[in-house]
Amino acid sequence: MANSILQARDLTFRYTTAEGVAPTVLDHVNLDIEAGSFVAILGHNGSGKSTFAKHLNAIVLPSGGKVYVDGMDTVDENLLLDIRRTVGMVFQNPDNQIVASVVEEDVAFAPENLGVPSAEIRRRVDEALEAVGMTEYARHAPHLLSGGQKQRVAIAGVLAMRPRCIVLDEPTAMLDPVGRREVLDTICQLNQQLGMTVVLITHHMDEAARADRLVVMDNGHVVMDGPPVQVFQHVEELRRLGLEVPDSVALLYELRRAGLDVPLDVLTPEDCARVVAQILPQ
Amino acid sequence: MNLKDITLGQFFPGNSFLHRLDPRMKLLGLTAYLVALFLAGWFVTYAIMLALLVWGCAVAHIRPKTLLGGLKPVVFLLIFTGILNMFYTPGTPLVSFWIFTITYEGILHAFFMVVRIMMLICATFLLTYTTSPLALTDALESLLSPLKKIRVPVHELAMIMSIALRFIPTLIEETDKIMCAQRARGADFDSGGLIRKAKALIPLLVPLFISALRRAEELATAMECRCYHGGQGRTRMRELRLRPSDWIFLVCMVALAVAIGLLAGRGL
Amino acid sequence: MTPIIETKQLTHIYSQGTPFEHAALQGIDLSVAPGEYLAIIGRTGSGKSTLIQHLNGLLRPTSGQVLFDGEDIWSSKERTRQVRFQVGLVFQYPEYQLFEETVYQDIAFGPTNMGLDREEVDRRVRQAARFVGLSDGTLEKSPFDLSGGQKRRVAIAGVIAMEPKVLILDEPTAGLDPAGAAQTLGNIRAYHREKKAAIILVSHSMNEVAREAQRLLVFRKGTIPYSGTPQEVFSHGAELEQMGLGVPEMTQVFARLRAMGYDVPASVYTVEQARDAILLARKGAKA
Repeated sequence: MANSILQARDLTFRYTTAEGVAPTVLDHVNLDIEAGSFVAILGHNGSGKSTFAKHLNAIVLPSGGKVYVDGMDTVDENLLLDIRRTVGMVFQNPDNQIVASVVEEDVAFAPENLGVPSAEIRRRVDEALEAVGMTEYARHAPHLLSGGQKQRVAIAGVLAMRPRCIVLDEPTAMLDPVGRREVLDTICQLNQQLGMTVVLITHHMDEAARADRLVVMDNGHVVMDGPPVQVFQHVEELRRLGLEVPDSVALLYELRRAGLDVPLDVLTPEDCARVVAQILPQ
Repeated sequence: MNLKDITLGQFFPGNSFLHRLDPRMKLLGLTAYLVALFLAGWFVTYAIMLALLVWGCAVAHIRPKTLLGGLKPVVFLLIFTGILNMFYTPGTPLVSFWIFTITYEGILHAFFMVVRIMMLICATFLLTYTTSPLALTDALESLLSPLKKIRVPVHELAMIMSIALRFIPTLIEETDKIMCAQRARGADFDSGGLIRKAKALIPLLVPLFISALRRAEELATAMECRCYHGGQGRTRMRELRLRPSDWIFLVCMVALAVAIGLLAGRGL
Repeated sequence: MTPIIETKQLTHIYSQGTPFEHAALQGIDLSVAPGEYLAIIGRTGSGKSTLIQHLNGLLRPTSGQVLFDGEDIWSSKERTRQVRFQVGLVFQYPEYQLFEETVYQDIAFGPTNMGLDREEVDRRVRQAARFVGLSDGTLEKSPFDLSGGQKRRVAIAGVIAMEPKVLILDEPTAGLDPAGAAQTLGNIRAYHREKKAAIILVSHSMNEVAREAQRLLVFRKGTIPYSGTPQEVFSHGAELEQMGLGVPEMTQVFARLRAMGYDVPASVYTVEQARDAILLARKGAKA
């Protein structure tokens, strides 16, 4: 693909332990992520999805194979800052990624590290806070915000680097439903309105459903790859991998097993109701 | 005791005169104030110092109650200092029993000593309440930067300090949580002798320590992801720039220290 | 039958007498029957956590009463201590409270604090480990060498080992993957069934509470606006949505169908119920 911003080529990763036994976490992964796309990576805990994410901005380096970020090889130390500035990373626990005691000063952290002039930092911070809808909290103390708000501050902190791609490693795992929706809506907006490439690591199916492309990992391999509608149709296989399909798909699957001819290509309750309506008597 | 009540190192964002002052001048101003406090000797000078503190509170919109609340952890120290001064100051005996004698001078001395410590703490709190920890560390970094020439890692120290301040509320919350969880399993942090009490802290300290390490590791990764690579080539969003009002403030504070020194010399 | 836990006009006000004063609970009347499976839902800050900390005496009511087995839990110091063992509380992310050198010792912490003899502690530790599916080999390991999901199970076992008559869990599945979540919920069900214990599950997941609990309590700003069976509570779909809580996906699907004019039941909330309801509707039409 000519337009891919992230490329993994035969990416292999092994932990080296004291005993010398090295379990393989990633095993010859090949994956291209297109600029401007929204890709969700699914998998149960220990499938290798988080380790894969950490390769995307050189936090972890491959044991074998290569990762290219916008054509830059991640093992090249001279390119480190350029790579990290291109691919921003947001983690699970918002408390452990906020550095400063005031929201706007935290958002300014990355551009300060990059040596951006003060006036330009100010502009970037205001823009980033605006993009995540946290402008009114600029002068607040982060520890007093809700989980969803903290996570949006963390996203703003990454946006201030003006990255082309943002990787989120289970950003909603510690949030309540309202916080999850806030964060997910923010992510979708970044993708749709700013054209930012988004890679979302998750095990929530309803979140994965909002991506354009879904990659399922198991045991260090990519086992499924396609639009969510297509991937969700493999109900049995997903369950075998320790994943669940959304209830709407599960219902249609059950109806199929009961002998009804219904399609499985739904993502939302609305779609599901429409399909069910066709088999119900008026 | 509710851990959340500890206000140590907290910052209340605002836009008052004190909030807007250059943090370096605030630090130097505080130093001048503390010097003046130690020079103060009698009612008049103490009254001036107190009036200044009250004025600071009013300007910064900090309730005196909040400020006094911060004294809770040092109540024991205050009482101890008071008693010590009361009994060990020679002078005109007022009350005498067994081997103890309370003197007139002792009471006054104890009173001034306690007031001095209280004002010292309150003035410091007034600084931390009105200055974001980040601004404070910036100020320290800037004031100490001449030390870089003798290879003191000033930037690193300032960064460590600002992160420590940022994590104080998080770790306090966490301590509360772990205490509750262990209490729910029958842990008893309150009764028993010193050794038993110390032993009872293990179920609290081990998880707290492990969690702090985990946080440190995750934070380090997050900082690296945001291109942190030490102080080299770093810029700041808020460049510290001194305005005339900052200089006026400092001059006033130094003048205060001198004036208090002179007044105290006259026994006021 | 005496309720195992009862609260009477339970009110809790944080930071009373300061500008931060805030009523977390306002006159809560609640009664839990022995062996009942209850779920509590509500947004962060709605008072759920404050409530559960009252049920085992970690917080003292500002006013009102908490009764365990018909008797006030604050009647004496010893009573409060005993109630802590009878009402087991598993906090959010409990894996972060592990501290002992081995899994065995960590699970034994609660029972040992109860003053049980060694044999009884041993029996309870092994039984609790079985409930959460930890092998005997794991018992001798350091808890810090385990995976996140396993640590969570050790922490739950540590509370189960006290064999509480009421087991309260604050979001026990938060952060787990679907397989881990299903397993944890299965462990809780097993304890509920075998020990005839009452369960109080605090959760954000509507699908989860719909499947697991017999009765739901909805919290909002320190009050309980809705309570009842899942059917009853989910019939307030629109109000729940407005509170930012949502309803289970199946309830949404059936609400849409009803809005489209189909005669389907309103009280569907699991996939199985939905399938059966649709099949029944088709059968009825053919007959």
